[in-house]
Amino acid sequence: MLSFVMQHTMFFMIPLLIVALGGLFSERSGIVNIALEGKMIMGAFTGVLVILTFQETLPGQPILIIALITSMLVGVAISFFHAYASINLQANQIISGIAINMFAPAFAVYTARLLLGTHNMHFSNQFRIESVPHLGDIPIIGEMFFQNTYITTYLGFVILAIVYIVLYKTKFGLRLRACGEHPHAADSVGVSVTKMRYSGVLISGGLAGIGGLIWVIPISTVFSGSVAGFGFLALAVLIFGAWRPVRVMFAAFFFGLMQAISHSYSGIEFLRALELPAHFYRMTPFIATLIVLAFTSKNTVAPKAIGQPYDKGGR
Amino acid sequence: MYTIEMRNVTKIFPGIIANDNITLQLERGEIHALLGENGAGKSTLMSVLFGLYKPETGEIYKNGELVTITGPNDANTLGIGMVHQHFKLVHNFTVLENIVLGVESTKNGILQMQDARARVKALSEKYAFDIDIDAEIRHISVGMQQRVEILKMLYRNNEILIFDEPTAVLTPQEIEALMNTMRNMAAEGKSILFITHKLDEIKQVADRCSVLRKGKMIGTVKVSETSKEELSEMMVGRKVALSLDKNEAKKGAAILQVKNLQKSSGDGKPLKNISFDVFAGEILCIAGIEGNGQTDLVYALTGLSEVDSGQILMEGTELSKMKIRKRTEMGISHIPEDRHRHGLVLDYSLAYNTILQTYYTKEFQHRSFLRKDAIMAYARRLIDRFDIRSGQGEETPARSMSGGNQQKTILAREIDRNPKLLIAVQPTRGLDVGAIEYIHKQLLEQRDAGRAVLLVSLELEEVMNVSDRILVMYEGEIVADVDPKKVTFNELGLYMSGAKKDKVVA
Repeated sequence: MLSFVMQHTMFFMIPLLIVALGGLFSERSGIVNIALEGKMIMGAFTGVLVILTFQETLPGQPILIIALITSMLVGVAISFFHAYASINLQANQIISGIAINMFAPAFAVYTARLLLGTHNMHFSNQFRIESVPHLGDIPIIGEMFFQNTYITTYLGFVILAIVYIVLYKTKFGLRLRACGEHPHAADSVGVSVTKMRYSGVLISGGLAGIGGLIWVIPISTVFSGSVAGFGFLALAVLIFGAWRPVRVMFAAFFFGLMQAISHSYSGIEFLRALELPAHFYRMTPFIATLIVLAFTSKNTVAPKAIGQPYDKGGR
Repeated sequence: MYTIEMRNVTKIFPGIIANDNITLQLERGEIHALLGENGAGKSTLMSVLFGLYKPETGEIYKNGELVTITGPNDANTLGIGMVHQHFKLVHNFTVLENIVLGVESTKNGILQMQDARARVKALSEKYAFDIDIDAEIRHISVGMQQRVEILKMLYRNNEILIFDEPTAVLTPQEIEALMNTMRNMAAEGKSILFITHKLDEIKQVADRCSVLRKGKMIGTVKVSETSKEELSEMMVGRKVALSLDKNEAKKGAAILQVKNLQKSSGDGKPLKNISFDVFAGEILCIAGIEGNGQTDLVYALTGLSEVDSGQILMEGTELSKMKIRKRTEMGISHIPEDRHRHGLVLDYSLAYNTILQTYYTKEFQHRSFLRKDAIMAYARRLIDRFDIRSGQGEETPARSMSGGNQQKTILAREIDRNPKLLIAVQPTRGLDVGAIEYIHKQLLEQRDAGRAVLLVSLELEEVMNVSDRILVMYEGEIVADVDPKKVTFNELGLYMSGAKKDKVVA
């Protein structure tokens, strides 16, 4: 039973982790990214479109890889708008983000109807891995992490490791963080704030795009132009994780666990025995979000320059 | 041949010539002061040298060769470094990270800090900086932060070092140390440009001094051959009284009595058991380094925040629980530290800013409608009396006024209410010599009219000149109660940095 919950936790945790890490790049560079939801939808939509195109002709895993790459590219592309508005035009970052959030589902539904006649995009799940060779045979751990799984789970952890190294061990990361804290300091030592913030926003779009697709695949075989508020949940994960990669992982695990319980409580005996209405379980992740953020957000420290357009003349 | 020569630089902003045909020559190994009032064009000139502004005309030569500078990177390549007035440090980076930012060395894309660490350590030892290079910026003192800025320039092997008002935030001891560092660096052949408006410091450390006034270069003089009076005359364009003429204070009854004030937490240090009196007819000054509880104390007195325990008595009436309006009506005036945040509504006109605390009185309001004529007439009266200058008279938006005139507006409003107690927090911050002189005179006038004046100041010069009695705050405590005539700058510095402490009983 524990392994069952764990497997489900992974399904929810990984997209949250990847999308939150995406948000992290943008926000550590100083740009608020409330558009994660919209970027996820764009990624999921195009990814599913790719799956639909190839699912008759190619085997599962290659399709998944092509779809992931497409999702990433589309996420990057849509981020250009966000970056251009908030960096070049110095627009309000919240508003340009909301614009993307409003545009994405409408675009997905409209285009799906245009191409497929319906906005419910049914695809077949050929990506599940029953058991990873050898690793899946390890007692307990194998069952928890290497059975009934997807390559995307491991991709999530690889991304986490890369993000950590890039952020803390490279020149790029040092400069990116400086731009989010004190862009004038960065500028005064010759770091281009514009370049850094563009990088942050575009990387964030790429990861959010991937995250959108990774969210759809394990839990459904139909995409209908929505990611059910996961982009906003990822934002909560980012804040709960105090804008730091490892903490973000723990936050994602916590929220993933909540989601897993809410979706699969009927498979957990003692929860089913409580005979509470289904709605109760459905709302637990959101109630938990409220409670956790209410208690933690006061103490977490956001990047100092977040949300402020960079004005060379200002101080 | 000059290390740096700026020739005939003109920089025009819409409506103003910020630099008018300025030529500045910097020799190798000299400390060259750049003196001028606010708005004289010092910062603009340095920004041109740094490549942040492109001048309309003019050239920059380094060692006789024409160079073009289009940004900080070019400046750095040419060996020009700058300690900005507002430090450009990332608060949650370590000292080392701040120093290498922008000139990092990497191997296979991974940061390599060992060499940098060794070099920074060596530099820090050479100049006796005594700095913990792994400490985060937010945990070290302002004086240390300035050393980080200096290390940043040294790490980049800069030869031309610009210091923009570097002493404004330092204690006398730290200033002394900085002056020594500057002398050492100059002795090694580095050239230093030292922007300031403090004449004493120029006399102490500079070899030559260039004076700017209203965008024009007035002249470059040898400091050893020029008196302070001459320098200030060059800067302002007229004779300025450098020291205030003041009579003995005629101390009256206690107006404000503060007893055992405690406050556990706030923006700064907690207030620990603060007691003191302010008497009619005296200027009591609270000195101290920024962030030692002065702000919290003023907030407590004026009602901007609450205290945990203790009493604030105004002529015997307890007011520590009173609303701000009540306190204002009791006769407290407040010239706040942050004039944009607490002093003015920047988007209101000058006139409306003058009635912020009195708009509800009969004079300005009739059946809850504002009496515009009365307000405008009142504002015109203040403009005349306090010589407030602005583009459109009483209709001028406060935002578009100069800092000095904004401050005069606040001063006018607060003084015209005929307060019993005037609390002035850093009233001359960021103002030029002329405006400072004016404000000091007004404070003295209030004192001579028998009012109690509580002045909070970070400027030692001001503390010594204006006050009749000095309290020093350190870490939320009052550590000294001294007479300005009997105390030296050095002693005050020791109190301010916590090295010396008296048992003060009010």
